[in-house]
Amino acid sequence: MPASFTSAADLIRLLPEIILTVMGTFLMVLDPILHKRSSRAFGHLSILALAGGIGGSVYAYAHAGPAFGGMLMVDGFATFFRVLVMVVGILTVLPSYRFLNRQDAETSEYHALLLFSIAGQCLMAAANELIIVFIGLEISSIASYVLAGYLRDDKRANEASLKYFLLGSFATAFFLYGVALIYGSTGSVNLIAVRAAISGQNAPEPVFLGLAAALMFVGLGFKVSAAPFQIWAPDVYQGAPTPVAAFLSAGPKAAAFAVFLRIFMTAFEPIGGGWEPLVWISALLSMTIGNFAALLQSNVKRMLAYSSIAHAGYVLVALTARSETGTAAAMFYLAAYALMNIGAFAVVSHLSGRGERYQNIDDLAGLGQKQPLTAAMLAIFLLSLIGVPLTGGFFGKFYIFKAALDSHLYWLAVLGLLNSAVAAYYYLRILVMMYMHEPGEAVEAVEPLSLGLRAALILPAMGTLFLGIFPAWVLDFAGKSAALVK
Amino acid sequence: MHPITTVHYLALSAALLLIGTVGVLTRRNIVVILMSIELILNAVNINLIVFSRIWHNMDGQIFAIFVITDAVAEAAVGLGILIALFRNKETVLADEIDLLKW
Repeated sequence: MPASFTSAADLIRLLPEIILTVMGTFLMVLDPILHKRSSRAFGHLSILALAGGIGGSVYAYAHAGPAFGGMLMVDGFATFFRVLVMVVGILTVLPSYRFLNRQDAETSEYHALLLFSIAGQCLMAAANELIIVFIGLEISSIASYVLAGYLRDDKRANEASLKYFLLGSFATAFFLYGVALIYGSTGSVNLIAVRAAISGQNAPEPVFLGLAAALMFVGLGFKVSAAPFQIWAPDVYQGAPTPVAAFLSAGPKAAAFAVFLRIFMTAFEPIGGGWEPLVWISALLSMTIGNFAALLQSNVKRMLAYSSIAHAGYVLVALTARSETGTAAAMFYLAAYALMNIGAFAVVSHLSGRGERYQNIDDLAGLGQKQPLTAAMLAIFLLSLIGVPLTGGFFGKFYIFKAALDSHLYWLAVLGLLNSAVAAYYYLRILVMMYMHEPGEAVEAVEPLSLGLRAALILPAMGTLFLGIFPAWVLDFAGKSAALVK
Repeated sequence: MHPITTVHYLALSAALLLIGTVGVLTRRNIVVILMSIELILNAVNINLIVFSRIWHNMDGQIFAIFVITDAVAEAAVGLGILIALFRNKETVLADEIDLLKW
């Protein structure tokens, strides 16, 4: 690769990350100036930065191509995930206004860390080299470890943050060991070059490659909370501040899946037959463990955590398909999942009250009478999580199982469908609780919806319905971009 | 005298990986768990530098510098989180951190 100076085109292709990091740094400088007087401005500024970042990534897409000597690849795939994680970011900031105000914790660090974490995820989405994957992964993870423990006087948040940190850095270390083995056996860290070396004349030892792929699978499996590496997810989601839990369940997961798809569908695509059984088992385990454990939960955040493990399992089904249809289905599903899940968490954030007292499923009793709008929005998210027609979740599942059937994964598709039937039970339990019970203590104490919360509920609900009624618009883009992965 | 070959380095790195993994899984003290994770990262660094020498390209050494930087950032954040926890719970033992079910 020839040595060359940074060109303007390179910088344009890095625009979203630049906008986010500059604004994140600016927010930290601004803290002493604006502190306490107008702390809402931090939220406004980070929404501005995220909107600017979305604009930036669309502009970068207009100048699509490799950047920095092939280290980044800005294509439809990267743009899809960049926009997705920034939308997740906006939907995290919106309910945070009220939440942070209620906990007396309005600082600029929260927003700065959020922006840094999203910048790391954007980098992951566009990474085309294992060094960049690693840097993006760590920028995103280190910021989210701190975010999980943001309420530092809360024992539960401390504990969640520590568990996330320990298991997260353990998983990253394994991922890195896998990367080192790949570098050792192919002599390159560029995904395209790795692919060429693997499928070339003197291919490296399959033992090394298999070990490397397995180690990288452990690292990424942790980040997407796929079984058997899901053990951290329920604890972290329960202990972390609710808007942060919403963010963790959508943003890092989508970015990690982007990396997963990019690595396994480009570099490791030639040895697909080798890793397919691994992903097959992990997909089945994630769906089964997630859904059956969710049945037993009484805490809503914990239940949503197990359900997010199950949803990671569905996306892994699409990965097992090892086809462009599968990749497109995974992209579509991640978009639908991000919207509905973050919306459901926003309702929990709204209800939980000061000190996050009300987090149990029983606390939702009678919400339908007291706040019909909130209840209706939650109902849309839950129906979408079940996969009822006219919602994004339905088409997401439909495309995933269709891709699985196209690749002759009949058993996995059947077991997946059975799993989604099990899942319907625990989502419906919440619906029954909201509409068929008298209001309890939690719902009586609920505050009226603020403007930010209203937007945080209505926007993802509209998105969910849009994906359910006009899926072709997003799916076409995903289909076009999935072809670029190769 | 036998010369030190690539295999020796790889064996050292594999041994460090093993020691680190066993340390993370069996130790109770969180500071020791952190040290074990650092051991794995150093195993990675040894690997990267050996491979860089074999392939005669710099990618591995550059990567190793990034890994070192990341290890520092992780240690800083990790100890910060641990201090926040210690203030509230007065413990650094992993099995006493049990407010949330594991």
